[in-house]
Amino acid sequence: MKIGVLALQGDFAEHIQILEKIGVTAVEVRLPQDMADIDGLIIPGGESTTIGKLAVRFGLMEPIRQLASTRPIWGTCAGAIFLARDSRHSQPLLGVMDISIRRNAFGRQAESFETDLDVPDVVTAENSQKVHAVFIRAPLIESVGTDVKVLARLPDGRIVAARQLNLLATAFHPELTGDDRFHRYFLSM
Amino acid sequence: MDQTVGTTGLKRGLAQMLKGGVIMDVVTSDQAKIAEQAGACAVMALERVPADIRVDGGVARMSDPDIIYKIMDAVTIPVMAKCRIGHFVEAQILEAIGVDYIDESEVLTPADQYHHVDKHAFKIPFVCGCRNLGEALRRIGEGAAMIRTKGEAGTGDVVEAVFHARTVFGEIRRLIAMGDEEVMAFAKEIGAPYELLKETKDKGHLPVVNFAAGGIATPADAALMMQLGVDGVFVGSGIFKSGNPERRAKAIVEATTHFRDPQIIAEVSRNLGEPMVGRSVSSMPESEHLAVRGW
Repeated sequence: MKIGVLALQGDFAEHIQILEKIGVTAVEVRLPQDMADIDGLIIPGGESTTIGKLAVRFGLMEPIRQLASTRPIWGTCAGAIFLARDSRHSQPLLGVMDISIRRNAFGRQAESFETDLDVPDVVTAENSQKVHAVFIRAPLIESVGTDVKVLARLPDGRIVAARQLNLLATAFHPELTGDDRFHRYFLSM
Repeated sequence: MDQTVGTTGLKRGLAQMLKGGVIMDVVTSDQAKIAEQAGACAVMALERVPADIRVDGGVARMSDPDIIYKIMDAVTIPVMAKCRIGHFVEAQILEAIGVDYIDESEVLTPADQYHHVDKHAFKIPFVCGCRNLGEALRRIGEGAAMIRTKGEAGTGDVVEAVFHARTVFGEIRRLIAMGDEEVMAFAKEIGAPYELLKETKDKGHLPVVNFAAGGIATPADAALMMQLGVDGVFVGSGIFKSGNPERRAKAIVEATTHFRDPQIIAEVSRNLGEPMVGRSVSSMPESEHLAVRGW
């Protein structure tokens, strides 16, 4: 299996490191030709405005949209914003996932936080513990379409992870915690 | 809700999100918007860019909070701001304002000749400059969550940025080749905390993200620093002291992403207009060097 990681800007190296640790070939994607024969794509954390502008400039929007109809794509934080239909902000979005997202929903860096989440779909028989989640200037998933399944919520009910068939969005960063359960879940999609 | 804030992981984590990106110095909300529009991953809110600080002389201090507030309101990307070395009250003010990152910077006039700010005492992360591995690890020991290898800010001359990046990466390569029993003597030699030096050896890189700063003026300069091994670049005077800031900013962002692709760097480097008027570091008297500030 070969997974592409969008490497325009952000913490793509952290995703690649985890993929390689679990024995998956990972390739950096900066141009459309880097997407040849990939079995899935991860869009990392970073700045969604930066990633969006570079994706437009280097012709990646349509190839990623086409990939979304056949292969799994996962966006973490900025990546989740990029997948969304709407972010209440004028910026390039793929718009492939039927979620509406609010950027910097918790505030600035001083409000960044870590917490433990119940994610029943992602826990395994070997590790049934809660998922430790890192939220950095994080977005929230404000609403989801009918085809979208909510995977995780904060204790107050706000949505922070969701899946729509082969598309996965997390407002937090599983790539920063050393816990590979989300990556394994993505690979099983 | 069981939540923790201000952790080392969150502080270092924000820097990880900035990797592969360009952080631009801006002095107005209009410049901040231009930077965001060009694809900057963060902006540094300043009263004056380093080139002007050099021209004006005198004591350079933290910016007027009003400028920082206006820039924070103008953009959605992270906003950084500078405090003087050792000036922990300026840092407290920046934390109260709510900036996303504090740069304890040698570009401003140092407030303390011996001590830097105790950065562990803050919830907001700090970035600090370094010229070598010892200085980088002393700053991380004090709580810095991000490092930038220093160049000579405000000159448009990349030579010092290259020298300091090569110094840090060269020392890390030496460290990796050492036996474990040699690490303590090396820690003593370079004035680095032993535990952090050991951690650097085990990981094969600094424990935090490391950007280049100072003297970067062209897309080629940015790509040069990236190929030398830094995680991203700060561009100070190089953008808004040039002939066409919009185009140059965008080109530097694109060259930073495609830093190993000379075809793309050539393409984005076309017709950028006049670069900032440079000033060769080797012709400057020692007293005008800013990078030597930091203890």
